[in-house]
Amino acid sequence: PFLHALTPTFLFVSQVKDEDIYSPILRKLFNESHHIFVGLQTIREDLPSKNKKPQFVSISKSYRSVIRACMEELQQVVSILLAIELIWNLCEVLFIDAVPAGSLLLHLLDWVRLHKADVDEKAREVLQSESPVEHHGYWDVVVSYVLQGRLEEARQMLAKQAAQQYADKNMYKLMDNLLSKMPVYNPGSIHTLTEFDVKWRHWHEEVDRCLQDKSFASNVHLELICKILVGDEDTLLEHKELLSTWYHFLVTRLLFAHPTIKPTELHYYAQSCMAMFLDSRSAPETLDSILLAAFDFDIHQVIKDCSIALNNWWFVAHLTDLLDHCKLLQSHNLHFGSNLREFLLLEYASGLFNHHSLWQLAVDYFDHCPEFGRVYLELHIERVPLDTERKALKVLRICEQRQMPEQVRSICKIMAKRALRNNRLGSALSWSIRAKDAAFATLISERFLQDYCTRGTFSDLDLIDNLGPAMLLSDRLTFLVKYHEFHKLYGEKCFTEAAKLLLSLITAKIAPRSFWMTLLTDALPLLEQKEVSQTHPHLSLGLYDLTVICVFWSFQEEDIELTKVELLRLALARNLAKAIVKEGTVDA
Amino acid sequence: MESTNAKYVSQKISKTRWRPVSSSALQQPHIFATGSWDNEDNKISIWSIGDHGLPGMEDELEGDPQLLCEYRHDGDVLDLQFLDQDRIVTASSTGAVTIFHHHQNSQTISVARQWARAHRNPCDNAPCTGVVCNSPEIVTVGEDGRIILFRADQEGAVRIIENADSNSIHAVTFLRTTEILTVNSIGQLKLWDFRQQSSSPSQILSLTGDRVPLHCVARHPNQQHIVATGGQDGMLCVWDVRQGNTPFSLIEAHSAEMWEVHFHPTNPDHLFTCSEDGSLLHWETASHSDMPSFLQGGRNNSMISRSAMAPAGGNQSLISAWLAGDSGKGRLETTHMLPSQTLSVNSLDVLGQCLVCGTDEEAIFVNRQVPV
Repeated sequence: PFLHALTPTFLFVSQVKDEDIYSPILRKLFNESHHIFVGLQTIREDLPSKNKKPQFVSISKSYRSVIRACMEELQQVVSILLAIELIWNLCEVLFIDAVPAGSLLLHLLDWVRLHKADVDEKAREVLQSESPVEHHGYWDVVVSYVLQGRLEEARQMLAKQAAQQYADKNMYKLMDNLLSKMPVYNPGSIHTLTEFDVKWRHWHEEVDRCLQDKSFASNVHLELICKILVGDEDTLLEHKELLSTWYHFLVTRLLFAHPTIKPTELHYYAQSCMAMFLDSRSAPETLDSILLAAFDFDIHQVIKDCSIALNNWWFVAHLTDLLDHCKLLQSHNLHFGSNLREFLLLEYASGLFNHHSLWQLAVDYFDHCPEFGRVYLELHIERVPLDTERKALKVLRICEQRQMPEQVRSICKIMAKRALRNNRLGSALSWSIRAKDAAFATLISERFLQDYCTRGTFSDLDLIDNLGPAMLLSDRLTFLVKYHEFHKLYGEKCFTEAAKLLLSLITAKIAPRSFWMTLLTDALPLLEQKEVSQTHPHLSLGLYDLTVICVFWSFQEEDIELTKVELLRLALARNLAKAIVKEGTVDA
Repeated sequence: MESTNAKYVSQKISKTRWRPVSSSALQQPHIFATGSWDNEDNKISIWSIGDHGLPGMEDELEGDPQLLCEYRHDGDVLDLQFLDQDRIVTASSTGAVTIFHHHQNSQTISVARQWARAHRNPCDNAPCTGVVCNSPEIVTVGEDGRIILFRADQEGAVRIIENADSNSIHAVTFLRTTEILTVNSIGQLKLWDFRQQSSSPSQILSLTGDRVPLHCVARHPNQQHIVATGGQDGMLCVWDVRQGNTPFSLIEAHSAEMWEVHFHPTNPDHLFTCSEDGSLLHWETASHSDMPSFLQGGRNNSMISRSAMAPAGGNQSLISAWLAGDSGKGRLETTHMLPSQTLSVNSLDVLGQCLVCGTDEEAIFVNRQVPV
């Protein structure tokens, strides 16, 4: 039913598509409000509430200034923004600032004036004309000023008329006098509300006397103004077009009839004003219901109605969060209060996460949802598309800061797989190491080793040589590093070291079966080296032992190269002979 | 800082660069370019902060950057450099390298030249991660581990070093006209000499045993052997590339990735860094102290004696305070340049007294009174 409440002046658009929500101007709203949100969460809990209130008010004003900033640029959606600014402003006055009687009316007056800017436009038009007092809009402007309680400006406008009206000079003087004497509550003054009330009643009686005396009877305009000043409802209702809304009517009526209204009395007057102002035939619009609920101090109803009417969670999420910080949601349905805040924030943030860019903002919101925020974040963060390493690193930073090892592993694995697919073995290995994924590291090491077998040289030496302790991640990786080291040693003619390494590689059983033949073939020339066979006979004996075993084993394998095996046997035999001789010599 | 205001621009900013001002003019820069990322439609944009001839005028209120023109960019803008007054080169996440021409009279942008798949992988895109210019030469690096040398007026690449790095290269800068420096994702700083035909670096430096990825590199404007790097752990390292394998200074600058580091081009005692942790820091060495900084706890004695052989009449600023070793941190003044914490500050540029930076919160900050 609410969704049908579309009028020219007020639009809760039900079919706004997602793209509209994420239009560039509204993105500014999201980003700037994210900044304010984070700042709000860091306000210290332990401050006394009287210190916190000004901060909350200031934050509320910051949010509103963000809305206004967006309004300046975005014409199409301005009506929605106007509405939510109107609602937020009222909530700030009633709930957050929670002004007491006396100030309450002043704040409500500001509220109305802020949302009825057309008066100034009209005034400008009138004043810029050749003869303002003869302009057809002149009296409308004067009356509008009075309706808004802007009596100084009304007086200034009237002065122009007075200057030209010699006949009614005294009447204008009298009106000017009345207007200038209307008491206005001053929150900072030493006088109490009661004293103000007394003063105001005196003034009110004086105005009434002027009416009874028919002091303005001959001037229809001044008489009208006088009736307004005395708070005559019928007169006010005759000027619906100037008032244009029931809440303007409400505030004007209060201004001239009950300026010391208390917050708790508001709802009664709001109800009656709305009833009087609106056509009895038409049902109240969504906005009207929301404002009424606000006057009723029914915060939950306000939030609920706004949630239903707006198809974007931005407004209710941020407002509810602020209200929660002001501890206003806790006086109702205790356990539900904080969950409502969290529910709305989760909804809003989830929506952000579906945006290709704004997902980063959502993280902070999830962070401040104590019950489910983490779970939501864990689920969403894995779905962020990772087109570049730079983006992956940012996502990883988010996960690592929040101790989410599962997500870290999964992201690194995705990056490793992609690198592997593109034959970027070095990158793939680095990602596997970061993921601490032994299985994948093994896989990549095998690829490296395969490459070596086919090409005869190692690739990506800058990586393999500099792995450091990371090489221990997987056996295969360790083998790869050590095997390369063996080749380096051999190349540098450090045959002893090379032989020792080779031996340890075979004994440690980290060499893959497929590589044994290669290793044995590598052992061949070593066994020939004098250095090994003569100075370290036990070494070569050890080698011999193992190689014998290996040879016999490989004999059983199908794809052995007979020549190789023959050569090996020959070398072994020769070596063994030497070794035995040497051993014998040494021991003797 | 009062003179730094945020302008929200509805796009995550990956790079900001001042348009160079001619060295003869005393003007402060007033035009800068930005590149966006993580959008479905990314763009490069050119902004103006108003043309004020004299520095120090009281006109912060007019400092709001105004958009002059923008142009669609395919892929994230991963790096952006001015080739000259009118041309901008960008590195894209699609692997493309593009030269854009900014027509100042009509305030429009057009594509002058594009190398669409300069960096590529067999199956997927390989983002081009860095670009550096020395007109007409352009050097680019990417996640495919390639280094490519282009000339602005030539259609094909002049030289490609295939598989220069087994890992992704993150940034590149010129050391000399024929030498470049690259940093990669396993914490290595590599020197390449284009005069040599080999596809191996002439030198590799890295923090021993450390594989922390490096993201940015900058060379001291006057002293070509001094280089600063920043990486994943937020450490600022200052190296002397003549000296060997370890950096001279190690400073814990940020609590997350450092994305960019810049020496001030005319006052190199000032250094600027920005980071994923949402801060932008201004580092200033106290090299005007009475005691020359190289005598205060310098790590390397031979360094001291070498400095003592500085040219006669050479002033102390030639001996860089950046190389004073760990103890140097005590005499470093650090200032936060942004009013409050934001999301990641991805990029910054500083020229004269003007600083511009861009964030992931879709905001640009301009400060026109940087104390240098």
